[in-house]
Amino acid sequence: MSRDAMLLVDALRDPATTRGLDAQGWTELLSMARAEQLVGTLAERLKIESVPPKVAEILAEARINADYQHRSALWEADCARRALAGYGGKVVLLKGTAYVASGLKAGEGRSIGDLDILVARDDLSQVEEALLAAGWEWVKPDPYDDAYYRDHMHELPPLIHKERDRMIDVHHTILPLTARRRPDAVAMLGRSKPLPFRGGVGAGPVSVAQGLTSPTPDPSPEGEGRLHTLAPTDMVCHSAAHLFADGDLAGGLRNLWDIHCLLGEFSSAEFWVQLRSRASLHQLSEPVERAVRLAHQLYGTQIPQEWAGWDRQDKWYVARLTARDGWGRPTRQFIRLIFYIRSHWLRMPLLMLARHLWVKWRKG
Amino acid sequence: MADPKTLYQAEPADARIVEPLDMMTLIYQRRSGITHMVGEPVPQMLEAMGEDAVDAATLAARLAVSFDLGGQDDAVTLITERLEELAELGLVERVTDA
Amino acid sequence: MHEFRVQVGPAAFRIGSAWRAPIDQLAHLYRDYPQPDFTDFTVRLEPTTWLRRWLRPSVAIGGDYMLPDAAPLPLAQGLLAAEMAMNLQMALGWRRHLLLHASAVERDGRVLVMTGQSGSGKSTLSALLGSEGWRFLGDEFVLLDPVTGNVVPFPRLISLKNEAIAAMQSAQPDARFGPLLAGTPKGDIRHVVPPADAIAQMGQGGAPALLLFPRYGYPGAVREVAPGETFMRLTQASTNYVALGEAGFITLTRFVKSVPSRAIDYQSGDEAIALVEKLWERLA
Repeated sequence: MSRDAMLLVDALRDPATTRGLDAQGWTELLSMARAEQLVGTLAERLKIESVPPKVAEILAEARINADYQHRSALWEADCARRALAGYGGKVVLLKGTAYVASGLKAGEGRSIGDLDILVARDDLSQVEEALLAAGWEWVKPDPYDDAYYRDHMHELPPLIHKERDRMIDVHHTILPLTARRRPDAVAMLGRSKPLPFRGGVGAGPVSVAQGLTSPTPDPSPEGEGRLHTLAPTDMVCHSAAHLFADGDLAGGLRNLWDIHCLLGEFSSAEFWVQLRSRASLHQLSEPVERAVRLAHQLYGTQIPQEWAGWDRQDKWYVARLTARDGWGRPTRQFIRLIFYIRSHWLRMPLLMLARHLWVKWRKG
Repeated sequence: MADPKTLYQAEPADARIVEPLDMMTLIYQRRSGITHMVGEPVPQMLEAMGEDAVDAATLAARLAVSFDLGGQDDAVTLITERLEELAELGLVERVTDA
Repeated sequence: MHEFRVQVGPAAFRIGSAWRAPIDQLAHLYRDYPQPDFTDFTVRLEPTTWLRRWLRPSVAIGGDYMLPDAAPLPLAQGLLAAEMAMNLQMALGWRRHLLLHASAVERDGRVLVMTGQSGSGKSTLSALLGSEGWRFLGDEFVLLDPVTGNVVPFPRLISLKNEAIAAMQSAQPDARFGPLLAGTPKGDIRHVVPPADAIAQMGQGGAPALLLFPRYGYPGAVREVAPGETFMRLTQASTNYVALGEAGFITLTRFVKSVPSRAIDYQSGDEAIALVEKLWERLA
């Protein structure tokens, strides 16, 4: 089987390309989409295409699942809002939950896992205490991991809510402190904006995700007691950072689709200028530029001429991003290994990495 | 523990589906997707609250018209406890003064 | 990858395996089932590491839907791995029906549903009833249609454990059995192919008419189960109730309000069948 995930990329970029698929082709496309956490997105893109009836049933199930994930994610965000009602600082939603809460195209059909929030680093212990008091507890009580997290990572060790069994990741910046690039978290918090509804998420009778809202009028225009989201340029920077500056590109096609949607939604002359300067501020110019180029190459995003082009290394990224076969299996093991090594190198200086792996090896 | 002047507000009636069974009532909350199993007087409380922001004493008085809740103090204590539980679950919201 | 495809009730599976043996076993046992072109789910049986393809071969379960810490099985239990993997796809991915962890049999267009923990005997009972004038609909999952409330058949290979294996072999010596899988995490397991009518009529369901909570190994008894308790136990027995949201709530409350439920204790297959017939006549 010599297919790779370009089959999925093509289907997302241009749903009409699926018209020529036979039963085998559809089977493979769906396996790839599920493996890449993109089946809900695919279902959204194929909404107006006419597909074989059996495929339509699977896509309908994908929509049910996406609705369920959105409902849970928004509710979880609301529970966090209520738990942090006494905290005066900003609580910023990140990633999928933010897209869905804001009604962005990037949120449509998107799969969502844990809740990710960003708060000021100085307020971490206050936020931690409020969450623990409201029923969250630590997932990993290992002191080495705990110390490692607090000193070097960009987030608290993971917390899980004991009754709802859902995790929350509390970030204070968007890349590990040991990474080479230092995004400006204070600037991101500064530019974040409150969500429009009182309470931040679907304070009306039915959730935003189900497309029926009846927003209650907003009594606190300053954003008190409301959840926030990043400014659009920072959303793109965060997504690009996550994709190219932190990790081995697992979930890369989904991450890149987010970027494609964000760029499409916010594109304007002013936006592109701001994006350039914001990326520079966060030391994320290279990842952001690569993200924009690859979104254009793979998903056909409309971008200004000066952002287009082709870097020598882009082809390796494309090869890694599309390394999946029609059975849903990861392929191109050598390229995956290169990126895996790179992900560790990105996160921490060499000496620290050696020590970290040494401790892990001793324990495991 | 809870301030007796706290006001509580329920979601509009169409925010949930209520199914009485034999000894308990099921409440499906649309926003969260959570199914709650509740006993008396919770369904009656939610109905009596309507769309108003009420404190425990007011709600107890409304309910006393149709139900026997014991003595006045007991009733308010009982209602306060249930309201606090419902607030923790997100079925009602504590309304802070404007 | 060696490949096999099978349609079971409304769901079609594509199974890929690095080894031939599990595929041959599946092909043999499922030979009377339709083989579809288009599949709803893909399952993969793969070696845990490259070396484990040949040396003490170890099967990791993969597929469209996977659990992160699933323990691998030895190749001798490859058939079990395939069956578990199919269950996992249904549990994590099937959203067009409400799924209950239960068994079901049908008579005259009406369905008896049996649910309980492992060891309650629901699989064995459904297998026994399935050859005693009832039509077998499934022993692992009961599928409830959210629109009609009907049970939709899902008759996979019946999974018998430990003492139930010998009991079934003496009750149905002509049935087609899979290999004996000894030493699995759940003890000895043997699969048996459902009767011909179960396979032939797997497109026709029925209205649920009686719900039983069987409990094997206790003196014969019958107890009425209140709707509240039934509802709670069924949400615990469902893998996708929460994901279905409002449709799940409506489907399950309708079921609980319209289907009588009883808990039955029994010590032998015959005793159970007698209890079932009596209750069916009275309530269904």
